[in-house]
Amino acid sequence: MQSIRKYLSSAWQALFGDPVRAFGVVSLILLLALAIAPAKEHFSQWHSYQRRYLALIHDRGDAVSLRRRFVPGIHQIWLPELGVVDRCTTCHLGLNESSLADVGQQPFRKHPVVPHPLDTFGCVICHGGQGQASTVAEAHHSERAGEEPLLPTRYIESGCGQCHQNALPGTPQLDLGRTILTRYGCVHCHAITRPDGSKVVATDRPPSLAHIADKTTREWIFSWLKDPQAYAASTTMPNYKLSDGDASDISAYLMNSSVPQAGDTAAPNVKPAAAADLAAGPSLYGESFCASCHAVENAAGNLVGGDLGPELTRIGNKAKPEWITAWLENPRVYDSTTPMPHYRFTPPQIATLVAFLQAKSDSDYGSGVHLNPASSQQVAHGRKLIVELGCAACHEINGVQRPENFAPDLSTIGSKPLAQIVFLPGMDHSLPSYIVAKIRQPRAFGSSVKMPQFTLTAAQTDALATALLALTARARAMPDKLRVAAVPETNYQPAGHAGKLIAELACLSCHRFNGRGGDMAPDLSWEGSSVQRQWLTDFLHNPNTLRPSLIRRMPRFNLSDSDNKELTDYILAVYQSPAIDADIAPLVANSPDAVEHGRQLFYSKYACQSCHIVDTKADKGYIGPTLTQVGSRLTPAWVYAWLKDPQALRPGTTEPNQNLSDDDARALTAFLMAQKSPGGRGAKQ
Amino acid sequence: MIKGFIASMNYGAWMALALLSFATLAACKHSAPANAGLKATAEGAALVESSGGHQVGVTGTALKDPLVVQVNDDHGTALPGALVEFHGSAGVHFDPLAALTDSSGQATTSVTPGTIAGRYDLSAATPGKGKPVSLHIVETALGYQQQLGSILADKYCSRCHDPESSPERVSNYDNLEVKPHPFTEGAMLNKMSDADLTSIILHGGPALNRSALMPPYGNTLSTADIKALIAYARAVSDPPYQPSGTVYARK
Repeated sequence: MQSIRKYLSSAWQALFGDPVRAFGVVSLILLLALAIAPAKEHFSQWHSYQRRYLALIHDRGDAVSLRRRFVPGIHQIWLPELGVVDRCTTCHLGLNESSLADVGQQPFRKHPVVPHPLDTFGCVICHGGQGQASTVAEAHHSERAGEEPLLPTRYIESGCGQCHQNALPGTPQLDLGRTILTRYGCVHCHAITRPDGSKVVATDRPPSLAHIADKTTREWIFSWLKDPQAYAASTTMPNYKLSDGDASDISAYLMNSSVPQAGDTAAPNVKPAAAADLAAGPSLYGESFCASCHAVENAAGNLVGGDLGPELTRIGNKAKPEWITAWLENPRVYDSTTPMPHYRFTPPQIATLVAFLQAKSDSDYGSGVHLNPASSQQVAHGRKLIVELGCAACHEINGVQRPENFAPDLSTIGSKPLAQIVFLPGMDHSLPSYIVAKIRQPRAFGSSVKMPQFTLTAAQTDALATALLALTARARAMPDKLRVAAVPETNYQPAGHAGKLIAELACLSCHRFNGRGGDMAPDLSWEGSSVQRQWLTDFLHNPNTLRPSLIRRMPRFNLSDSDNKELTDYILAVYQSPAIDADIAPLVANSPDAVEHGRQLFYSKYACQSCHIVDTKADKGYIGPTLTQVGSRLTPAWVYAWLKDPQALRPGTTEPNQNLSDDDARALTAFLMAQKSPGGRGAKQ
Repeated sequence: MIKGFIASMNYGAWMALALLSFATLAACKHSAPANAGLKATAEGAALVESSGGHQVGVTGTALKDPLVVQVNDDHGTALPGALVEFHGSAGVHFDPLAALTDSSGQATTSVTPGTIAGRYDLSAATPGKGKPVSLHIVETALGYQQQLGSILADKYCSRCHDPESSPERVSNYDNLEVKPHPFTEGAMLNKMSDADLTSIILHGGPALNRSALMPPYGNTLSTADIKALIAYARAVSDPPYQPSGTVYARK
């Protein structure tokens, strides 16, 4: 104590003993204090990066211009409208320098080409991280409250999705993720409101289970519930990891609650001779182009066919023959809104198809399942499980209400604070890794988690995470002028008797009309301007092949003559393009000279034969439709308008707009219109 | 007081020393061989690529197919139990970084290219008898612009320019009298400038005195689309494209 006091007093004496000495010491302290700020800046991280940048560009040939554009100090992109204060460019100095594209040393490389300039959008909108920070650790890796680490590059497309609700050509992963979000039915349980206020709507159609007992057996339901993918690898139904007892109880409730539907079963009218004809089934299945919508696993284990309808690999294990019979007679009896067309099959055809589909079964599937009749407690337990697991969020089930807000709302999942997340041990502490883990193994986050296990590949999971990460709080605060809305499906419905026919044939499952319908087949909104009456009538009777290489094609519907006329009349009268007027089509008479001139243009100047075939012997082009009989199919007004601007008639079509002069377009139209079908009226001319 | 100061200095120095040694330890741990725990039971004589090379993927995203290499012995037969290590430039991620060959002599890894678009020169190595055997592998990662180009090429160009057919899509290449150049054909395309390529896409083959079978896309594709297509063609070019920008004399 004594010695400390002695030290202190001698130190005081040494420093402030007399006024001159005190003045000197105080001045020194002041000088040092003033030096703190510049020293801090000199030794700051960003300053050392700026020195390294100068060293990097020093040896380059364009050093003078690079150095002229270099501004020392903290840089900042400030965009108050977007809430962006980004200082990233303080260290990332070469982002706009095109000559630094070859620099491997970060943070100096040029930013890759993206559609938006960095100065108007900043960095964090796409990359995440803390824009205001001026150290690497804080800007890139901070996990403090309200802060987020940088977004890994593989989710970068989520940045685009904050403003763009529409599909973009350059964001395949985001588009895939959004498709999965609606197709796997995520939004049946999780409500998602887009930043622009619209709701995400599911596009899958989980079947109603109100009449399930007419369709299948309790044993099949049990096996299905235990492992949906074992029945059909492509199904979107998730695995709920149910115990045998639970699956048995749920199947008991579903069978018990099912009420018969009049007409959804019919005695199979199988004539033994028809059923025995083994070749008839596959050929009718092929001719009817069932594979356009339904997939079947082939011997090599690959799925072949479309995904609009359910996979049929083991349909014989599931559906009762009497149900398939009634379904093929008219699917709308069982399900009034099914996308399956009413094919108008004849009874022998139905018998053939039923036998063919019944044979699509796997004798091992469900062979070990023997369920005892369920007690009333077990049925009640089944109902309890159905309520708990939220089965009715997707499926219509008698006696169970559709739950509202069953699962957490995901409208701002992309901004979920890290502090609210309970990470699993060993997990990377970031939002993307949490979302991916939650999709991959939801039940790992606790036994009370009800979310089932979906069957998604790693790429699909990443895509889904990308779509979810786009749902940020920032996106909701964006100015309206930056928002690009998704193109919503219209509620177009064809009217009258023809409208009824179009609904029965489910034309909208594949074709698009006036902004509504599928994308498997051409948009028919303007079909009436495009085709000739005789061709359309013939085509509806027997859809011949415009593009024989296509696997998915228009089936034949066995239409009656009166139905055919009704449809033809309706299509020709209603689906007219306002841009095409057949009466004032600027066409010359198809004089032989014009046709010959058109031929020369076709083969030499425009070389159309690289994609189209007119002469089956000489031409080989395989990309566009065959034009051998185009003069009997299309109207001259349509051909002319198409040649002038294909994208105006069908946006996104691959035929390039060749900027034809009116004369060239007229001559080519004359040549094409001279390509008549052999039986057509124009053949002799 | 001074004594105390010295003591604290000492303390600081000790701290610094301790930190340094920790850092060294950590670094050692980091650079520890990736094959820890893998015990090779055989040493190969040759390393060959089975599949998964020459893929075109997207930056920062795992390539679609795994990389599979095979270790052979002196007689060219597959060798199980050999150790294979994968190496790549900074940013490339292998999962796993090292593997033992399976019963068919193959080692498999998943490759995730870094965040920079371009060609990635990777290698696989196995400790051989005497000296290590290594194999050179090339993968390509596309950035935003190149990926947009690949999507556009798929829609507008590949039906003719890509000779490969798939069951879903038959190539038109063989049907054309004058054969188009595949985008990978660096020997041909590397000689053409960006301006030439832009011109042929805008105005069609005749613009450069080439075949009219190549139609003009100037009214169909945007400038950004065409730039993207060229960026894609440059990215997949084999041999690789060397941009011939302004050449500055180095100081």
